Amino acid sequence: MGEFIEILDLSKHFPVKDQSADFRLLTPFHSRQAILRAVDGISFFIRKGETLGLVGESGCGKSTVARCLLRLLEPTRGKIFFENTDLTGLKGESLRLLRKAIQMIFQDPMASLNPRLSVRQVLEEPLRLHERVTVKEREERVLEVLEQVGLDRELLTRFPHELSGGQRQRVNIARAIATRPKFVVLDEPTSALDVSLRAKIVLLLEELKSALSTTYLFISHDLSTVKYLSDRVAVMYLGAIVEIAEAHELFRHPLHPYTKALLSAIPIPDPEVKRDRIILEGEIPSPTQIPSGCRLRGRCPLAEAICSEEIRLREVAPDHWVACHFSGMQ
Amino acid sequence: MNPPLLHIEDLTVHFHTDEGIVEAVDGIQLLVPAGEIVGIVGESGSGKSVTALSILRLIRKPGRIVQGAIRFAGRNLLDLTEEEMRHLRGSHISMIFQSPRTSLNPVLAAGWQIERLIRLHKQEKAKDAREQAVQMIRQVGIPAPERIYHEYPHQLSGGMCQRIMIAMALVTNPKLLIADEPTTGLDVSIAAQILDLLKEMGQRTGATILLITHDLGVVAGYCDRVAVMHAGQVVESASVKKLFRQPLHPYTIKLIHSVPRVDVDMVMETIPGNVPGLIHPPPGCRFADRCQWVMEICRKTRPPVQSLDGDHLVACYHIGNS
Repeated sequence: MGEFIEILDLSKHFPVKDQSADFRLLTPFHSRQAILRAVDGISFFIRKGETLGLVGESGCGKSTVARCLLRLLEPTRGKIFFENTDLTGLKGESLRLLRKAIQMIFQDPMASLNPRLSVRQVLEEPLRLHERVTVKEREERVLEVLEQVGLDRELLTRFPHELSGGQRQRVNIARAIATRPKFVVLDEPTSALDVSLRAKIVLLLEELKSALSTTYLFISHDLSTVKYLSDRVAVMYLGAIVEIAEAHELFRHPLHPYTKALLSAIPIPDPEVKRDRIILEGEIPSPTQIPSGCRLRGRCPLAEAICSEEIRLREVAPDHWVACHFSGMQ
Repeated sequence: MNPPLLHIEDLTVHFHTDEGIVEAVDGIQLLVPAGEIVGIVGESGSGKSVTALSILRLIRKPGRIVQGAIRFAGRNLLDLTEEEMRHLRGSHISMIFQSPRTSLNPVLAAGWQIERLIRLHKQEKAKDAREQAVQMIRQVGIPAPERIYHEYPHQLSGGMCQRIMIAMALVTNPKLLIADEPTTGLDVSIAAQILDLLKEMGQRTGATILLITHDLGVVAGYCDRVAVMHAGQVVESASVKKLFRQPLHPYTIKLIHSVPRVDVDMVMETIPGNVPGLIHPPPGCRFADRCQWVMEICRKTRPPVQSLDGDHLVACYHIGNS
C-alpha cells in the first residue's frame, strides 16, 4: 500500500461462445460457453509522477487493463487503489469525482471525437461536467489547454472532419487534460499516426507531463516509443504480466524469454546493426485456452517439466520482476 | 548492380477531384535491379501506394497516369493493351496488400483461392493444381497445410492470412512482387516472421521484391536499395547502407532522427511543418518550407536529381553547393 496507484490481483473475464468447437456439429442445445480470460490476476503499481509503459501484442489484455482502471469495464476480481481508495467499489458522486482525476486518450483520433461537436464544444464538455466555473473562466480554460497542446484559436469553430490527423489527436489530448487530471491513461495514442507526426505527439506528451505534473500509463505495442517515454515498463503476455522493470534495464537486460523474443523482433533503423532473432514457435494461444503453469511454455525455447507449475512475478534484481522459472538462475 | 527489371521514368499521376488536380506522384524515377529487394519509404500521402498501383496499371478514375514510362523486362507497361496487361498481372507481377483479411475472398476456402490461380495462369490439371496449392501452403510455413486448405479467411489469424497472400502471390512464379505495407496491422513478432518469409521466398523463387513501407526499421533490416518519397516525389535513393550511413537529403536526415530506437538512446527530433498540399503544390522543392537549409532557388524551381558516386541519387540544391 502507499503507492499512487496499486493494482492487486486484477482479473477481467468475458463469457464467450466456444469458438474451438466445430460449428457445423453444433445445434442450439450443444452451444457451449467458454471463459475468455482477457486479464488474469495481474498486480502492479504506478508511482506518483512516473510513466509506466505497458506493452504486449494484440489480444494480450493491455486495453482491458486500461478500461478497468477507468471503470469503463467492471473487473471480475481484484482491487484497484488510487491514492489509497479502492476504485472497484465506487458509486455515484465519488465515481464522478474519480473520472475528473483520471482521464484517457484513445488510439483512433477520429473515432474518439463526436463528429457533431465543434472543437470548442469538445473542450468545454469536461469542464461543464466536472468543474464549477463561470462561463468566462471556462472560456479561459479552453484557450489555455488549446495553447498547451499547440493548437491555434481559429480551430475552435471547426469540426473533427475539418482537422488533420495530428490536430485531431491534439484535440483529444486537450480534452483529456482539461480537468487537470492526476492520472492519464494513454491507449496507443500514436499508433494511427505517421512517423513525423508521431514524433511531435510524443514530444508534446512528454512536455505536458512535466507541465501538469501528472502520471501516465502509456499503453502501446510500439516498443521504441515506449522506451522513449517510460520510466518503467511492464510486458504483458496472454493476460498476465511476465516482466516489469525500469525501462533501460528492461531493454538492456531483458530476462523473460517472451521479452527477449519481442525485443529481438523490433526492426532497428540501422542496416549495420546485426542481431540474433529469437523466434517463438507458433502463434499466441487463444485467451479461452490459457495453458496451465507458465503461459509461454508451449512456445518457449527453454520450456521444461517445471514450467507446468504456476509461476508468479519474482524480484530477481532491485525493481526488476520476472515470471519465469529460470530467471535469476543463469 | 544487377540489370534493372523495372525502370520507372518520369512517372506522373494526377487525380482530378472537385477541389482541383491532386498531383499525387510527380515525375519520379525508380530503378529496381533484378533479384533485389527495393524499398519505397515515405509517410502517408507521399505517393508510395499510387506508384505501386501505377505499375500494375490499377489507377482508377479520377486518377490518371499523365506521363512517364514504366519499363518492365524491356517493355513499356503503359503501351500495353488492357488484355495484355491482364495476362501480366498475377503471373509476371503480383501484389500483396496491407490488410490480408480484406484482400482474401471471404466466401472461398483459403487453399481453393491459391488453386484457382494455378489453374488460371498455369493451366494445370485439377489434381496437380491441388497438390501444388497444398505444397505452396506448406512452403509459406503453415503447419497442417491439408487442413488449412479447407479453412476460410475468418478462421485464420492475421499472420496466417498474410502467409496465404504470399503463397498466392508467389505460386505463379512472378518476376516482380510488390508488397504494399505487408506487415502494417500485424504484431511485431508476427511482422518479423512475415518479412523473414518474404525475403526467403524471394530468394527461393528468384522474385524481385518492391517493398513499400513507412517503417525505416523494415527498410534497414530487409532491403538492398531504397527510395525515399516525400509529397509525391522521390527525394533520395541509394543502397540501404549508403542511405543510413550518409543520408543527404534534409528530409531523409530528419526522418531518420525522428524514429526512436530500442537499441541505443537518442534524442528524438521532429520535422517542422507539415507535408504541403498536393493541389497546387509549391513550384520548387516540396520540402522547402520545412527545410533548415532552404535557399531562394529552392522555392522557384524543382531541384534536379543529382547522381553521387554512381547510384546515390538525391534531389536537393544544397548538395554539391556545400
